[in-house]
Amino acid sequence: MAAVVPPHPVAHDGHVITQTHADVTRDVVRTLSPPTRGYVLLLLGAVSLFLIGILTFLVLVKDGLGHAGYQPPIFWSVYITTFVFWVGIGHAGTLISAILFLFRSPWRTAVYRSTEVMTVFAIMTAGLFPIIHIGRQWVFYWLLPYPNSRFLWPNFKSPLIWDVFAIGTYLTVSTTFLVFGLIPDVAAVRDKAQGWRKKIYQLVSVGWKGTDNQWRHYSRAYLYLAALATPLVLSVHSVVSWDFAASIVPGWHGTIFAPYFVAGAIYSGIGMVLTLIIPLRRALRVEHMIGDYHFDNLGKLTLLTGSILFYAYGVEYFVAWYSGNIYEQTTFYRRALGPYWWAGWTMIICNAFVSQLLWFRKVRTNLTSLFIISIFINIGMWFERFVIIVSSLSNDYIPWAWDQLNPTWADWGILAGSFGWFGMWFLLFAKNFPIVAIQEIKEMIPMPRKRGGHH
Amino acid sequence: MALVKKKSGRVPGVLGAFVHVDAAADAIRALRARGIRDLVVYSAAPNHEIEEALEHRVSPVRLVTLIGGLTGCAAGFGMTLWMSHDWPTLVGGKPIGSIPPYVVIGFELTILLGALSTVAAVALFSILMGRRGVPYDPQFSDDKIGVFVPATQDLAKQVEQMLRNAGAVEVRHEGA
Repeated sequence: MAAVVPPHPVAHDGHVITQTHADVTRDVVRTLSPPTRGYVLLLLGAVSLFLIGILTFLVLVKDGLGHAGYQPPIFWSVYITTFVFWVGIGHAGTLISAILFLFRSPWRTAVYRSTEVMTVFAIMTAGLFPIIHIGRQWVFYWLLPYPNSRFLWPNFKSPLIWDVFAIGTYLTVSTTFLVFGLIPDVAAVRDKAQGWRKKIYQLVSVGWKGTDNQWRHYSRAYLYLAALATPLVLSVHSVVSWDFAASIVPGWHGTIFAPYFVAGAIYSGIGMVLTLIIPLRRALRVEHMIGDYHFDNLGKLTLLTGSILFYAYGVEYFVAWYSGNIYEQTTFYRRALGPYWWAGWTMIICNAFVSQLLWFRKVRTNLTSLFIISIFINIGMWFERFVIIVSSLSNDYIPWAWDQLNPTWADWGILAGSFGWFGMWFLLFAKNFPIVAIQEIKEMIPMPRKRGGHH
Repeated sequence: MALVKKKSGRVPGVLGAFVHVDAAADAIRALRARGIRDLVVYSAAPNHEIEEALEHRVSPVRLVTLIGGLTGCAAGFGMTLWMSHDWPTLVGGKPIGSIPPYVVIGFELTILLGALSTVAAVALFSILMGRRGVPYDPQFSDDKIGVFVPATQDLAKQVEQMLRNAGAVEVRHEGA
């Protein structure tokens, strides 16, 4: 038997990987071991929040949307705010998995699976909100183009219908991308599993054996999926932004909305990625796979998108002043100094200012500071959508109609339920499927060579 | 070389396991030089050295992706325009069939059908049309490279020797 020469430690962009292919399989398969007490408690917490959401929803179905804080002139409030929040969260996943794949960024490999999973479950969560918001959930299919009894078709000139197509496509393509990337990894887990788990992984891996023919088609397809997902990720939040920008509500009718929303979405998504993977890497004991190198790069991406947001906030205020339009000016004056000043400043401080701390490498590689910043980002980005939606609607063109929103238990119950629903799926996935991509990490590690050196 | 298949559905031949990627590539090149081109190579991740040794053509998946994307684009514009003219309603002073807002639907369906057809193509080419009955070993999804050569008994000894000469760490004969 020939001597096994271990591969040299391989450096990618200054980051050194010392693991072998067998180490990668072993370490990732270990993350699927029976859950710890901490995991079970977290899961129970998520399920409890989800149940709160279910109960709230049942009351809304029985009694109607009157329980939520809707009142003239504010008929889009916490539910639409939370909808945009979750759609935004989903964007970092596809950015990291597809766009950085096309750019061949080596740091994405260790974190892209967790971000992809986050994307799919965030979009699943977001998708619930338009259905909750319409009030009569049993007729949600009116949004779809089907031949109804009056032979009417949806109004394709409406951004709300664009949204149905954009979100539907995004959910389908992100799920496809996730499942497609998962197949070779599930096959690797299948080959290590025993008993009933092996049977399930056998089913999910759809007969994958890693033959040359399978890789030939798979590698090409993965490239095309990434190429298709790249414009999609940029389009989806642009379309969501047009829900607002295509109207004439002061504070919404701006041409900057599409890039502003896309940057904000990626920023919020990376914030959520950090919130999830900082504790998760420790819980699953994969610290050696997701380390300073990855957090440093995630921090740089957060800084970039946070700075774009900073610029966008400035442009919004500048354009309001420069337009000479009294309604636009009033809206932005009231955002900073009106009844919603606390929400407006929470948004600016959490998003524009806190992200600037990431100029310092020490902050980017200190997990405690990074985790705290990520929480600020989550809060700031929820408030950004709250400010855009609620503060704009609260002071429309007719001052006597101005009013303020008072969120109720029904708003908070559904919001809590959405976090529970998202957390529950994420935790269940992390314990049952590889949360770190086995195959792509192996692709980065050169196999041992009889003659030494690299190919 | 024709694939030899017996009644049980298992393909007889020789299966070699390699630790070294250059050894596996050497084996593939030697087998191909000997006229044996009907090989199955297993690996845990795609590898350029193996791909070069196998000299595969580019996957036809790209054609299916293109057709799927174009179909989605045509469906998006076709559906919106047809539905607008089927029940003409004037909205916002825009033409009945108004192209700019329909670009969003056309774009989304291009991506949707392009992506779904890509996955369908992989399922078709690599799973449904993939070779069945060839032996597999779980270590190929871990850290070994496998080379399976379908062979009758008279050729098997020769193939075994070629695999061992190239540096296979394990060689076994697979019966029908």
